[in-house]
Amino acid sequence: MKDWRYWLAEQRGTLLAFAIFIVMFAIYSGNHPAGFTANVVQTAANKGVLLAFVAMAQTLVVITAGIDLSVGMIFTLTNCMASWLVIGTGLETAFGLVAVLGTGLVCGAINGAIVIYGRLQPIVATIATGAVYFGLALLLRPVPGGSVNEDVADFLTGRFFGVVPASLMALFVVVLVVWVPFRRSELGRAAYAAGSSETAAYMSGVPIRRGKFLAYTLAGLLAAIGGLFLTFFTYTGEAAYASGNAYTLFSIAAVVLGGVSLFGGKGSAIGAIFGALAFRTIGDLLFVFDFDPLWQPLFQGIILLIAVSLGAFALFRVRNRLEWFL
Amino acid sequence: MNGAAPLFRMEGISKRYGGVRALEKADLTVAAGSIHAILGENGAGKSTLIKVMAGVVAPDEGSMTLDGREVTFASPAAANQAGIVCIFQELSLIPELSVADNIVISDPPKRFGMIDRKAQRRLAEQALARAGAADIHPLALIKDLPLSRRQMVEIAKALARKPRILILDEATSALTAADVAKVFEVLKRLRQEGLALLYISHRMNEISELADQCTVFRNGRNVASYRAGSKSDNEVVELMIGREYSHIFPPKPTRPQTLSAPVLDARNLSWSDRLDNISLSVAAGEVVGLGGLDGQGQRELLLAFFGVLRGLSGQILVDGKPVSIASPAAASDDRIGMALIPEDRKTEGLMLPMTVRENLSFAALDRLSKAGVIDRAAEQRLIDDMVELLAIKTAGLDIPVGALSGGNQQKVVIAKWLMRQPRIILLNDPTRGIDVGTKQELYQLMRKLADAGAAILFYSTDYDELIGCCDRVLVLYDGAIKRELVGADITEHALIASALNIHGGSERAEQGEGA
Repeated sequence: MKDWRYWLAEQRGTLLAFAIFIVMFAIYSGNHPAGFTANVVQTAANKGVLLAFVAMAQTLVVITAGIDLSVGMIFTLTNCMASWLVIGTGLETAFGLVAVLGTGLVCGAINGAIVIYGRLQPIVATIATGAVYFGLALLLRPVPGGSVNEDVADFLTGRFFGVVPASLMALFVVVLVVWVPFRRSELGRAAYAAGSSETAAYMSGVPIRRGKFLAYTLAGLLAAIGGLFLTFFTYTGEAAYASGNAYTLFSIAAVVLGGVSLFGGKGSAIGAIFGALAFRTIGDLLFVFDFDPLWQPLFQGIILLIAVSLGAFALFRVRNRLEWFL
Repeated sequence: MNGAAPLFRMEGISKRYGGVRALEKADLTVAAGSIHAILGENGAGKSTLIKVMAGVVAPDEGSMTLDGREVTFASPAAANQAGIVCIFQELSLIPELSVADNIVISDPPKRFGMIDRKAQRRLAEQALARAGAADIHPLALIKDLPLSRRQMVEIAKALARKPRILILDEATSALTAADVAKVFEVLKRLRQEGLALLYISHRMNEISELADQCTVFRNGRNVASYRAGSKSDNEVVELMIGREYSHIFPPKPTRPQTLSAPVLDARNLSWSDRLDNISLSVAAGEVVGLGGLDGQGQRELLLAFFGVLRGLSGQILVDGKPVSIASPAAASDDRIGMALIPEDRKTEGLMLPMTVRENLSFAALDRLSKAGVIDRAAEQRLIDDMVELLAIKTAGLDIPVGALSGGNQQKVVIAKWLMRQPRIILLNDPTRGIDVGTKQELYQLMRKLADAGAAILFYSTDYDELIGCCDRVLVLYDGAIKRELVGADITEHALIASALNIHGGSERAEQGEGA
């Protein structure tokens, strides 16, 4: 009966991010010299998907009411690793893929272990581990270089049937294989519960620690998938400090745009994906309109501010001021 | 069934928190198919006892046997597994999750390793129906439900776990009278089904209606166990407080016909659909009660006076002069001198991790400061006065408020507001979940403040309190004042009848007569 209303209320953040993205992308492709073509979509998808993976990673941790400031550095580290390992014969490439993804899992698991069992604040723990991951990346690639199995790279960054960007399909598959099972699993629910109210979750006998640990670990995996795709796009590895940090910050921006509550317990990785795509499109709009690239950070910042304020509109509907604090 | 071996037994259980002895060689025996009431003041050890039973805290010594076998619980999950389920006073629901998610949270139904949402929905609906709360939508989020509905979800959640021993810790304190009746039916049915129920409540009439067996706790040990109904209420209260029990309520002064001028006046207050054209006045030295069923606008009315509600229409007068109160800061300003003692001390009244001293002086910092610098000596004097006036039991002023017992926390809230020496005091159900001894002290304090010239507006869900404390009672129904009761007209019967907006008798009135 009224079920759809509850569904709508739950998906509001995701739908809003979707709407923002559609509007942005319509403006973008409408003003692009080449128009809405498969090429334009593919290029946009390839750029957007990188941030989408990192934003998904951030979402998992934010749901537990934590934050992961090392996602950008895991992304960078795995990019450097992939530029060494994901190459050669089919078997060697496959081994490389497993090693890269495994590294992501281990990085995430280390974050989780420190936060959950070491009882350190997530923000402090992940700044420190992020520095370590970047240090490793720098050892692997003191200067940019390396290469990647180009057959695999071209397959995963090209188009299926001439129209569908392969990177978007890969993102879809990852959502199906990683996010959906997480969302539907008992441990995934435990992560949400812990983020919403850790005491209540404990009192209810929820496996809080395992849920949070899984969230951190999968976040590492998702960041590594992002790093892998970066390698596929660029064919090289680079321990770029600024880029790693930018991805961390943008992932938080994408998560907020995507309707995921930084207080934890609420939101979806799907929303964060649209948040990431929208955020990327905003940057691209400037090129379409021939702005000086120097303006890009400022412009992105302003758009982000507006988006976050939109999210805060809910507050204006609160009649009783006390509800702000509860 | 009653003659059989006990289902569950605790022997010689002790537990210390730091230097405080919460339990001291306590024993408890629970039989299947019965409702066992646990009585005692706050701090008597009841909460610790059930936390031990429910696996939340581990005892320092003592043993527990279930079905004749010795058991230990490492976590709440382990206790659940053994069939011991507790409905905690502090709600254990997760606000951002749906009702259905919460009901099955400890053991969701699964298909192919993932949560089966259809089965979950079905289980939730069954559990809600079993708890008599089928009106709650399983997809609603907990944070969108009012407190009384959440409490019903909490009960449904406990039932969904198929408990053998169900512990209810003040489980009815947030419920409306209609819900209480439903819950009682459920509990009686569960007893018939052979469950053991442990029932903890401060409401004597509830206990006398439900319980088969009663155990009284005092200072961490069980002092008496008896068949329900074999002792009078007075005897029970004496067992609980361990001393002669005289009158709880201070005598009301006989009022002169001509009261002093009203201090607080409201004219035609309306807000949203919650307050409907309310006019009232409170004079200095007067204790005016707000009665009625829970959630009829009493809370909103207090918030309206305190400047919390936006979009309020109507007029508020202080000392006969119209005032506009835009915020709590304006309300507590010396020109108006209003104080609100909130209902939920944990979220509205106190900053639990901060010290007693800090909490106490917050509300009065501006009065204690000269040119922005806090006068430490004046602060100390005032705090000492308050601690003494309210008999707050604390190991020191510099320990976190969170470490005090519930009753003492509530005293700190009250003291905090009294530091400003308010002339208008609004009380929002201040005695909820507080032990008899502290209640008594609060009643006396309230009268003392009134005698010193304060105007007091007192909302309570406990009819006995309204009868015992108030000079007048205004009964609200659906956001409007339906009836005003004065002096000897304030009776349980009149209160209940007008609360239900009828002028005859009612079932609850008959139950209440024993109390």
